[in-house]
Amino acid sequence: MATEKKIKIALVGNPNTGKTSLFNQLTGLNQKVGNYPGITVDRVQGVCKLDENTTATIIDLPGTYSINPNTIDESIVLETLINKENPDFPDLVIVVGEVANLKRNLFLFSQIKDLEIPVILAINMADQMKRKGISLDLAILEKELQTDVILISARKNIGIEKLKETILKPKHQKHNSLEDYSQRMDIGFFKRIQRELPNIPLYKAWLLITQCNDLSPYTKEEQNTIETFRTDEDKLTRLQHKETVLRYVKINDILKKAYNVNPEKATTLRARLDKILTHRIFGYVIFALILMLIFQGIFNFASIPMDYIDTAFADLSNYAKNNLPAGMFTSLLSEGIIPGIGGILIFVPQIVILFLFVAVLEETGYMSRVVFLMDKIMRRYGMSGKSVVPLISGTACAIPAIMAARNISGFKERLITILVTPLTTCSARIPVYAIIISLVIPDKYYYGFNLQGLTLMLLYLIGFIAAIGSAYILNKILKVQNKSYFIIEMPNYKLPSLKNLAITVIEKTRAFVFGAGKIILAISIVLWFLASNGPAQTYGKASDIIQKENNLNGIDLNSNQINQQIASYKLEHSYIGILGKTIEPAIKPLGYDWKIGIALISSFAAREVFVGTLATIYSVENSNDTTGIKQRMQAEINPQTNKPRFDFPTGMSLLIFYAFAMQCMGTLAIVKRETDTWKWPLYQLFGMTSLAYLLAFITFKMLS
Amino acid sequence: MTKTVADLRIGEKGIIEHVCLNNIPLKLLEMGCMPGKEVELIQIAPLKDPLYIIVNGSHIAIRKEVAQLIEIH
Repeated sequence: MATEKKIKIALVGNPNTGKTSLFNQLTGLNQKVGNYPGITVDRVQGVCKLDENTTATIIDLPGTYSINPNTIDESIVLETLINKENPDFPDLVIVVGEVANLKRNLFLFSQIKDLEIPVILAINMADQMKRKGISLDLAILEKELQTDVILISARKNIGIEKLKETILKPKHQKHNSLEDYSQRMDIGFFKRIQRELPNIPLYKAWLLITQCNDLSPYTKEEQNTIETFRTDEDKLTRLQHKETVLRYVKINDILKKAYNVNPEKATTLRARLDKILTHRIFGYVIFALILMLIFQGIFNFASIPMDYIDTAFADLSNYAKNNLPAGMFTSLLSEGIIPGIGGILIFVPQIVILFLFVAVLEETGYMSRVVFLMDKIMRRYGMSGKSVVPLISGTACAIPAIMAARNISGFKERLITILVTPLTTCSARIPVYAIIISLVIPDKYYYGFNLQGLTLMLLYLIGFIAAIGSAYILNKILKVQNKSYFIIEMPNYKLPSLKNLAITVIEKTRAFVFGAGKIILAISIVLWFLASNGPAQTYGKASDIIQKENNLNGIDLNSNQINQQIASYKLEHSYIGILGKTIEPAIKPLGYDWKIGIALISSFAAREVFVGTLATIYSVENSNDTTGIKQRMQAEINPQTNKPRFDFPTGMSLLIFYAFAMQCMGTLAIVKRETDTWKWPLYQLFGMTSLAYLLAFITFKMLS
Repeated sequence: MTKTVADLRIGEKGIIEHVCLNNIPLKLLEMGCMPGKEVELIQIAPLKDPLYIIVNGSHIAIRKEVAQLIEIH
């Protein structure tokens, strides 16, 4: 049997060239999203079988226009390709280009080629060449670029086999065009680099001098030499500009021979669509309509499967209780684990819908138009048009959204975006909102709009206004250096590929369910334990105490009522009851009791735990109840007023509290990693939570 | 006064004559925005900023402050 051969391949390319489509085509669902060590850029890796004996590990590097990094995302490409010791250092690079933007793709290609790693150029969207009037002479291109060039169409699965064959037998040619350029840039300077750093290839040395922060693989002496070359920054900048111009001169020469486009056939669809979608009035109207569609969708479409999941888990929990031998394990299963898992799965429908919408906006190219439309407005609030992407993805989950802020080049703009993004309504708030809205807002229609849907939309609006308002204030008070520039590509409009959408949604939902799920499940179990145990003098003697009290007061009850009383007494004197009672005075002004207090505390791990916590508490207290969580909440009575516990003032106060409070450890951890200090997440935690307390207090007082 | 990309009207074209190398982001150059290239203004965002241009086959949006650094004729 032949031995299995393993190779590593890196995919590199400009954004919007279909790099991810190619990656999906090569690896299918054999993907693994992880993090680069120390930083949180998604590191996407997949496995592809090339032939019987060879498998390739494929790394999808972040999209970039150049190897010179402008953002943290882009710096990954350089760090991966320049350091042979890097665990991701590839045996081969595939540069993905696109027929319509070949010139710019070749710019990146020429830089990668100079790194002297074997390279294949895959030119994507070849199926559109005819329609766009483009003709390409592959033979000339291969000869001039000294590399294999493959035409592919990743979405239509054309050319993928040929690409795999070529990966197995690539041509290797040494190529370092910087040596040619250096003659025309500053020959003396480059001769000196070569002389003083004899063990490093010239282009690599040049990149180390101008770009690289991590010099650890090099000797102390080399590091010092590199530092001395860095002193004249103006000169380096000038040389970099010159290098760029010279690379383009060469690329233009090559393309003149190999590339021809018939201008009459050049598609004008993009221009025509842009006239409408970026129009000063229609542009905003369309954007607003799309947002409304998303929000109505989340509430209306998702509610049906959510109700099913809710009842199914209530039934399952009941089934477990009635059919398993009574005892510790059954109780843990039916009151801790099953409601806990139900609490996670209940948001899957909403998350799927949200991720789907965000993915469609990104895939079609529409998101760039939104950035264009919003830049000037966002700048007034100290942010950039690019902040729109985090703010919109923040409606799915603040964690990936804060990571998406990496594209913003100005530090202040990026910081403000990171700080305010958690105020947008993330999907973890939806279960809380959904259940409270369904309890306190009537399910009626008002001018054709569902009143509950409208309330949810209002909450989203509050989230956005809070984010924008805070940004405005932060912009005034933050004294941070800001050197930013703004360049964004307006990619061609594309129909979203179903395969890409499916993979994005499945991967993100999977990551969310397992990531958040672990926390939620662990908390459910801890909660169950704290709710089913308590100090021996009170909790342990619950039935004696209740009996004694009843005898003392001369009350005669049937056994069912007595059991109910015992259960309530037990919960109140369990560890969690004691905890809830302790904080009750602090939250009473907001209209909450100690049971809601427990849910608030556990929500600080993650908001969505709120519903699961109440589910656990009520089912521990009332284990004969067979209804879902909503009915239980509805049945909960405030003993002081004898009215429902979740009445209008308390409900609204809770909604406002959840809209503003920073209750997500995951987000705090990400903000710490992204800003590299605990200062900002702590500001968020205290600032947002005090704001939440204050506003919930005002709401409750005004309504009751 | 020299004419810059910021002075173009929608649909108007110009040839880049000079870019102020010290202030302009390298990234813009890397996108192919350099002397000798034709630049066309496609759209101006609702509040007069940013500008949407085509240069070197790239459809890009830049802010007015950067557009003012690209001299054309």
